Amino acid sequence: MNLTLRVWRQSGPSDKGRMVTYKVEDVSPDMSFLEMLDVLNEKLILEGDDPIAFDHDCREGICGMCGMVINGVAHGEQRATTTCQLHMRHFEDGAEITIEPWRAAPFPVVKDLVVDRSSFDRIIQAGGFVSVPAGSAPDAHSVPVRKEDADAAFDAATCIGCGACVAACPNGSASLFTAAKITHLSLLPQGQPERLSRAKAMVDQMDAEGFGGCTNTGECTAVCPKGIPLDTIAQMNSDYLKANAK
Amino acid sequence: MKFTEGPEIRDTKAPEGPIEERWEKRKFSAKLVNPANKRKLNVIVVGTGLAGGSAAATLGELGYNVKSFCYQDSPRRAHSIAAQGGINAAKNYRGDGDSIYRLFYDTVKGGDFRARESNVYRLAQVSVNIIDQAVAQGVPFAREYGGLLDTRSFGGAQVSRTFYARGQTGQQLLLGAYQALERQVAAGTVEMHTRHEMLDLIVSDGRARGVIVRDMVTGEIERHLADAVVLATGGYGNVFFLSTNAKGCNTTAIWRAHERGAYFANPCYTQIHPTCIPVSGEYQSKLTLMSESLRNDGRVWVPLRKNDERAPGDIPEDERDYYLERIYPSFGNLVPRDIASRAAKNVCDEGRGVGPGGLGVYLDFRDAINRLGRDAVEKKYGNLFEMYERITGENPYDVPMRIYPAVHYTMGGLWVDYDLQSTIPGLFVIGEANFSDHGANRLGASALMQGLADGYFVLPTTIGDYLANGPYGDVDEEAVAEAEIKVRTRIDRLLAVNGTRTPDSFHRELGKLMWDYCGMERTEESLRKALERIPELREEFWQNVKVSGTAEELNQVLEKAGRVADFFDLAELMCLDALVRTESCGGHFRAESQDADGEALRDDENFAHVSAWEHSPEGPVLHKEALEYEYVKMTQRSYK
Repeated sequence: MNLTLRVWRQSGPSDKGRMVTYKVEDVSPDMSFLEMLDVLNEKLILEGDDPIAFDHDCREGICGMCGMVINGVAHGEQRATTTCQLHMRHFEDGAEITIEPWRAAPFPVVKDLVVDRSSFDRIIQAGGFVSVPAGSAPDAHSVPVRKEDADAAFDAATCIGCGACVAACPNGSASLFTAAKITHLSLLPQGQPERLSRAKAMVDQMDAEGFGGCTNTGECTAVCPKGIPLDTIAQMNSDYLKANAK
Repeated sequence: MKFTEGPEIRDTKAPEGPIEERWEKRKFSAKLVNPANKRKLNVIVVGTGLAGGSAAATLGELGYNVKSFCYQDSPRRAHSIAAQGGINAAKNYRGDGDSIYRLFYDTVKGGDFRARESNVYRLAQVSVNIIDQAVAQGVPFAREYGGLLDTRSFGGAQVSRTFYARGQTGQQLLLGAYQALERQVAAGTVEMHTRHEMLDLIVSDGRARGVIVRDMVTGEIERHLADAVVLATGGYGNVFFLSTNAKGCNTTAIWRAHERGAYFANPCYTQIHPTCIPVSGEYQSKLTLMSESLRNDGRVWVPLRKNDERAPGDIPEDERDYYLERIYPSFGNLVPRDIASRAAKNVCDEGRGVGPGGLGVYLDFRDAINRLGRDAVEKKYGNLFEMYERITGENPYDVPMRIYPAVHYTMGGLWVDYDLQSTIPGLFVIGEANFSDHGANRLGASALMQGLADGYFVLPTTIGDYLANGPYGDVDEEAVAEAEIKVRTRIDRLLAVNGTRTPDSFHRELGKLMWDYCGMERTEESLRKALERIPELREEFWQNVKVSGTAEELNQVLEKAGRVADFFDLAELMCLDALVRTESCGGHFRAESQDADGEALRDDENFAHVSAWEHSPEGPVLHKEALEYEYVKMTQRSYK
């Protein structure tokens, strides 16, 4: 396959940035999207150009480190797929592909396609945990958990924190991410004691980071590589309201 | 490569006495640190996977002043997150005869009698607490309808002791540790440094006192000092270029510590995982593992005939060879990883492999789907099937998966004593970065167990004994300056070469060399070839590598080049270690040492020891630590 890429290049946070066009030839349909960029980068290095900086690590769709907006869609058009698991067989030969970083004020661009998502860590710091010191836990069977609850908690817990939800949201909201974390713990008995204070602290932190509000457009779930459902946001709002009513 | 032999290592600091009492004894004898003094003690933890994340969180919780470092943009991305299958624990919730002793026994035997009994027993003991800890944190393990925890069985074991969270157990356990870590960051006990890479260890007055790191965004070289340093930087399987490791996994932190005096133990022990998706092309950047749990229900087979090009569905039952069930009737498809990997290699070498290049075997769910129904199979393995389809474009519900062995885990690592302390006082090494618990082969679902055991329970106790004698006073300024200059010089040197080959092209070539000559099967001849070729390739690297950009910016080419440079040095030591160990054991298969059935043949008389290598300018020095088996009798492993 031969492709034309239009890639966002930005040397650093203070650079204005611009789109640059590259031709890539002999792309195999079995390549992943990132492998296709690897091949381009090898060429750029040898030509003395600055290769395109992008974040990636596990390349198995689980670490959440990779992420770019491909043809206007976070992680590309293939549903429920991270960029590293997107393969070139889904593109037409001769296609023109536009590649941009996540765009949201709380995700400043570090370089090219690399953005700073440390705001997500700060949302977790606000309360996204169960307070339990190491070594003091009771036997794991002392608190049974209904299978349905464990499964639902697991579904929410599979969020990989990639930030696609934010990139896709017209408001730049981090609601899906925050709601996934809140829902995971609020469905389990272990998460109950801190349930309301957790929801309040995390939502307040999300607002403080500058993420926008949720208006239920649903773009977030559409691009979520792990299919986190929209109703987690309802769960979050419910806990948040209860916390504020107290 | 020349090497000399140094004095034996005699004391590993494991207490004497009955094995079940040793850890209790050690805990009691370890000095305690007064809570008011803990905040005056500084600890650096490098790496934020299961071992590093849980250690930093626990040390912070205990009241120490902790600095945590990782190269990713968030500690939640460490590669422990990719572990699929599960975590072992001797809970005996199933009542199927499991016990601490049996988990200990299976692990020692699984490691082909090259692990330490005392360490492994402690691991089995602590395994029970890990599950409790993770459940209390809200890790959503799989449950039965009655509300209790579900378990499954895994390769190398005949009891059902593996706890799991669908196919994402590593992710869920890591998020538990990460959340505990972030809680401490919020509490102010842990200072987190993301996108920082450790480039050297600071040793002052013979003690580990800090690290030199590079801020990967600004390029700034920073010094961080402490009373003790903990390395939890994972394994070095990426020396093979293609492996199941994350792309960023590297050896730099432990290699630099090795150069500063930490012994490197058993570098040649590489685990080859039997169930990975086969390589599809030259451009390939990494390999993806399919959880070993698939072997619970999937049946492994190849055609009986050589070069059989028929589609799998067209091959009748009596022309299929379910070779694992045939050769190992009692364990069948659940034989340990080293056995399953070698068996796959053998049938492919015979010309009976399937898929492109004949480098693959079938992992077939047809019978499981017929027996359990498609829905049940989907519930158990759905996400794995989906992942397979994404990568290969084939639907495993309709055609069998194709799998082939790939580099997965390194059992070797920095030598540590029972306290997890290296040969440099004040330098502790935990998780995959150390060598201690797995022997020559690691059983499935035991890496997560070791990472969390070390981080939550073992290190926080043993490091206290060391820190009780601290604070250790001012660090020698010259030692810091020397380390910093060394780091800067190396970076300048990499940037100055300006040759014609990319770091990746060297890495690929080194990796291929290692796979061919020091991979699933090694011979004296292949290892000698590698030892000849590696220095030549390294020489070419330093003459001809091209690193673009500058040191004062985010520069992924520079990061890569630095890591590849260290892989060369490590690769050489791996080959030397493999050459010297003329026996076969676990993942180390020397073709010269096999029995009439082609199984690995150990040589307990000459090799029942750990090979701990000391770095020296005159060439490596080999120190042996004798392995004694008081509880598990050394026998030829048999899974038949």
